[in-house]
Amino acid sequence: MSIGARPMRFLVTIDPDQCMLCGRCIENCPYGTFRMENNKIKVYSRNCVACHRCISQCPRDAISLIERPVDYRSHPVWTAKTREDIYNQAETGRILLGGMGNTIDYPIIFDRMVLDACQVTNPSIDPLREPMELRTYIGKKPKKLDFLVNEAGDVDLKTELVPNLQIETPIMIGHMSYGAISLNAHISLARAATASGTFMGTGEGGLHEAIYPYQKNMIVQVASGRFGVNIDYLNRGAAIEIKIGQGAKPGIGGHLPGEKVCQDVSCTRMIPEGSDAISPAPHHDIYSIEDLKQLVRSLKEATEWKKPVFVKIAAVHNVAAIAAGIARSSADAVVIDGFKGGTGAAPTVFRDNVGIPIETAVAAVDAKLRYQGVRNEVSIIASGGIRNSADVTKIIALGADAVYIGTAALIAMGCRVCGTCYRNLCPYGIATQRPDLVARLNPDEASVNVENLIHAWTLEISELMGAAGINSIESLRGNRDRLRGYMLDQTMLDVLDIKPVGA
Amino acid sequence: MCGIIGVIDRNQELMDGSNIRNALAVMDERGSGEGSGYVAYGVYPDYADLYALHIFYDTIIEPKEQVEELLENWGMIEEDEEIPTYEQSRMEKAHIPWRYFFRPNRKLMSQSSTPDDDIVTHIVMTINTSIQGALVFSSGKNLGVFKASGWPKEVADFYRIEDYEGYIWLAHNRYPTNTSGWWGGAHPFNLLNWSVVHNGEITSYGTNKRYIESFGYRCSMFTDTEVVAYQMDLLVRQHNLPLHLAVRALAPPFWDEIDRMDEKNRDLNRAIRLTYGSAMMNGPFAIVVATQDAIVGFSDRIKLRPLVAGTHEDRLYISSEEAAIRTMEPAISHITMPKAGEPVIGRVIT
Repeated sequence: MSIGARPMRFLVTIDPDQCMLCGRCIENCPYGTFRMENNKIKVYSRNCVACHRCISQCPRDAISLIERPVDYRSHPVWTAKTREDIYNQAETGRILLGGMGNTIDYPIIFDRMVLDACQVTNPSIDPLREPMELRTYIGKKPKKLDFLVNEAGDVDLKTELVPNLQIETPIMIGHMSYGAISLNAHISLARAATASGTFMGTGEGGLHEAIYPYQKNMIVQVASGRFGVNIDYLNRGAAIEIKIGQGAKPGIGGHLPGEKVCQDVSCTRMIPEGSDAISPAPHHDIYSIEDLKQLVRSLKEATEWKKPVFVKIAAVHNVAAIAAGIARSSADAVVIDGFKGGTGAAPTVFRDNVGIPIETAVAAVDAKLRYQGVRNEVSIIASGGIRNSADVTKIIALGADAVYIGTAALIAMGCRVCGTCYRNLCPYGIATQRPDLVARLNPDEASVNVENLIHAWTLEISELMGAAGINSIESLRGNRDRLRGYMLDQTMLDVLDIKPVGA
Repeated sequence: MCGIIGVIDRNQELMDGSNIRNALAVMDERGSGEGSGYVAYGVYPDYADLYALHIFYDTIIEPKEQVEELLENWGMIEEDEEIPTYEQSRMEKAHIPWRYFFRPNRKLMSQSSTPDDDIVTHIVMTINTSIQGALVFSSGKNLGVFKASGWPKEVADFYRIEDYEGYIWLAHNRYPTNTSGWWGGAHPFNLLNWSVVHNGEITSYGTNKRYIESFGYRCSMFTDTEVVAYQMDLLVRQHNLPLHLAVRALAPPFWDEIDRMDEKNRDLNRAIRLTYGSAMMNGPFAIVVATQDAIVGFSDRIKLRPLVAGTHEDRLYISSEEAAIRTMEPAISHITMPKAGEPVIGRVIT
């Protein structure tokens, strides 16, 4: 039986007094929302995904967009979303897919934590006049140093340090694969990472030749599909990351639809053109922590122990114990991806319901590693829902060494978070492989936007540190004393190991 | 605020406490009359190989019994007595200071390479975190901390500090913010042979606390200064860092400077920052740390608190104020202002 039409999600209207029939909206909308008929622009609102491309290009501000012009009868349990999901699945019998991050209105813990500043008893430090150090080293550090002191009293360092990544800001760009995003997007991010003195992840999509000039700022990923992996790829990166899981879909693999596997993507991934690229849920050579250790050491052996190896896991309930296992595996950093992390495509039931927030995950991991005396064995990189410089500062105060940003970097390139990344129709040329759409993203401009964002956040972090009387990021890391919980319950304060405001 | 002063005689010639009492009082402008204290090294020559534990008791009934039971579990009390005190009109005697000369039974910590120190550290941490009404405020050998709430002269006279003789002295005139009036909050802070006087506020306290607690130390004094003593103990006693490199870890050079160093020094300083980043201290501070054979003074990396050093004959003086040094040694021959983060170290001749 037909369920019938559901209320429109978006209503697009064009003000005829303003419109000059230039047709830019028609050219720009890849979803087919607009067409010209009898010298008038007709709108088919059901195709609209609210990507705002038309609005961004309309020279006359003639376009209006209303969300849910006709809504369902309100109901606190059977919300519009629950009903629509049921209609959808009743018709298709399928798993629901979605792009971008978690869409459920969970409380955001970042917004319930406030930072500290100095008054009177200690002076705040002005970063414009005093040095402010954000330099961070990602990698394994010794627990203690050994020295040789000769008869003359000269000191020689006996301990040998293993390679670390040096970053000038605690902000790195997370792994988004070429395939999920376009080559122009990849080039833009790679240039921004290089210009900012930081690093960027390749994702599980291999390394396109066009990125080779930026390879010393790239972290190459080895995921369960092993797409694009060979010794040349491993040697080109500054570090290697083994991806076990992703915050948007913990416990499951990945799926790049065949539509996005164009010739270039097929070459970079080393798979046939047009074929779906399916990454299995587990690595089929990692069924235990010992297996992971073997892969870490194999990758290090293959690259002559010159590259740090990271392991990325989704933030799940037992994240602290898992991270403690990783810390003992020769890995140099553990990347923890919180449940608000983005994705090109994920089953919505996973995206919205599986995993834990990054704030609690970092708090638990840092505490566990310290308790076990292995905190110096690995760096902690936090990702998944880092939205601004305050989030970065707070997560470092909870114990992270650095962050990965993903969605924020895409937004800096124009993404409007419409959440339809999996359709290969991204009108901003970011999450698409369609040449005409990819051409819309100009790496000369987009790279500057991303660089600006990282620069602006870095300045803000410096100001926040200076206000807190801290001139080096080491003294912010794990400094939970400088955080207070605002309207968090006692159990959450205990997990975060912070005091409430006023205490 | 707060005023600090320290002195070491490199020939270990003894000085009584009368001079440092007057010098500390010169800095009354830096204090508030709510906390003063002194530590002297060399005060218990007759018990030099025993740990001198100074304990504040709220009463000498229950907490004292518990402390003594704990001590006897871990070793032997060779001698004990109430520390003599002399009533001062304005001062309230809030606690009863007691001292024990204690010999740990090292067989009880046979797995450790420094069993005696580890036993005493354990005892200090246990008493201070779990015995109500007792607080260990001095636990080294042949040294003693004397502190209370009051102005420098009052506290000195309360203990008759001129009756004690030491070759190292540190003293502190407190303007409290974290804990008012509490005797335990006065400086010097001490653990084993480490004593610390501190002017300022450590903004990295949360980081330092988490770091040091992961090595088994417990911060129990409700104030930031104690982490300095614990970190020095960790870096120098447990990790065997030379003293000047331990200070380097606590107040390291900026990366800009490190990048400009020659290769050997660059590698050394980089390794220290990477390994001991969590021990690094931030915020405004001037600190003097003493141990059995040396004192070291240093300020934060941008010198937000004053620190002056002076030398005269065999003595090194380090203080917040030049006037205090001149009070102790009017004929002082050489005064310097150390650079930010740069350690000033005085050692005894061995």
